[in-house]
Amino acid sequence: MSPISLSPSSLKEGRLYEYLIRFVLGGAATVFTGLVSSRCGASIGGLFLALPAIFCASATLIEKHEIRRKREAGLDGRRRGEEAAALESAGAVLGAFGMVAFAVTFSLTVEGSVPTAFIAASLAWAAVSIAGWCLRRKLRTVRRLRGFRRRRPAEIAGPGEDRSALT
Amino acid sequence: MTEYVVRFLVGGIVVSAFSMLGGMLRPKSFAGLFGAAPSVALATLGIAVYTHGAGYAARQTWAMTAGAVALAVYGGVVCHLLMRARLRVASATLLAVVVWLVVAFGLLAVAGGLT
Repeated sequence: MSPISLSPSSLKEGRLYEYLIRFVLGGAATVFTGLVSSRCGASIGGLFLALPAIFCASATLIEKHEIRRKREAGLDGRRRGEEAAALESAGAVLGAFGMVAFAVTFSLTVEGSVPTAFIAASLAWAAVSIAGWCLRRKLRTVRRLRGFRRRRPAEIAGPGEDRSALT
Repeated sequence: MTEYVVRFLVGGIVVSAFSMLGGMLRPKSFAGLFGAAPSVALATLGIAVYTHGAGYAARQTWAMTAGAVALAVYGGVVCHLLMRARLRVASATLLAVVVWLVVAFGLLAVAGGLT
């Protein structure tokens, strides 16, 4: 399992306009949610707290980064960009389960204490998301090992040899 | 008007912070968790508690549960559109928003939140 690491130097890959896009989009999504809540009520406004607007922008920027990196190496990079965005969206599925934990924890605790609700909900998001990610990695490793064990006897046995003896 | 300016600034700062953190993390699948971080929720709920009270924020997060389930479906659909249908990222992420809307409003309707 590859370890989790923090690489501050990767921030240099981003361009100023990309950070501006994220800032403006984040601000716009928050204003939009506020407007929906004031016009349509708390329930419909609440739905938009999980709107994937930010994800759309960040996935597109990830694709651009990968294409730029591959073009510098003289390759097309389009497929690589799509695969990187697909990987990001697989991670977002787990993050969304964490968001469910965030919402449930917040709604249950906010009327008791507001600071506790924010801390408990954020911890619930982190715990569920990270646990989901670790579980997924573990399952993938086990599946890969099983596949390797199943393939190995056939690979070891040469043509004409009795393969059943190895299984 | 001031409320919306504050919303814009707080939302922009929180979303940028989460997205920068996600950009620094490796591997990519782990960084993807931050693509579904509750950044807009953190910014909005703080203002909601301050202006409307804790009960209003509790109602919002109850409905947010449906939106978050829809977000999980959305992520899966985007992943399949990119890997199997081989759509471009912009097309896949925008097309899947329709799925998010249908699932989110469908779940809220089933739970009686639209009445």
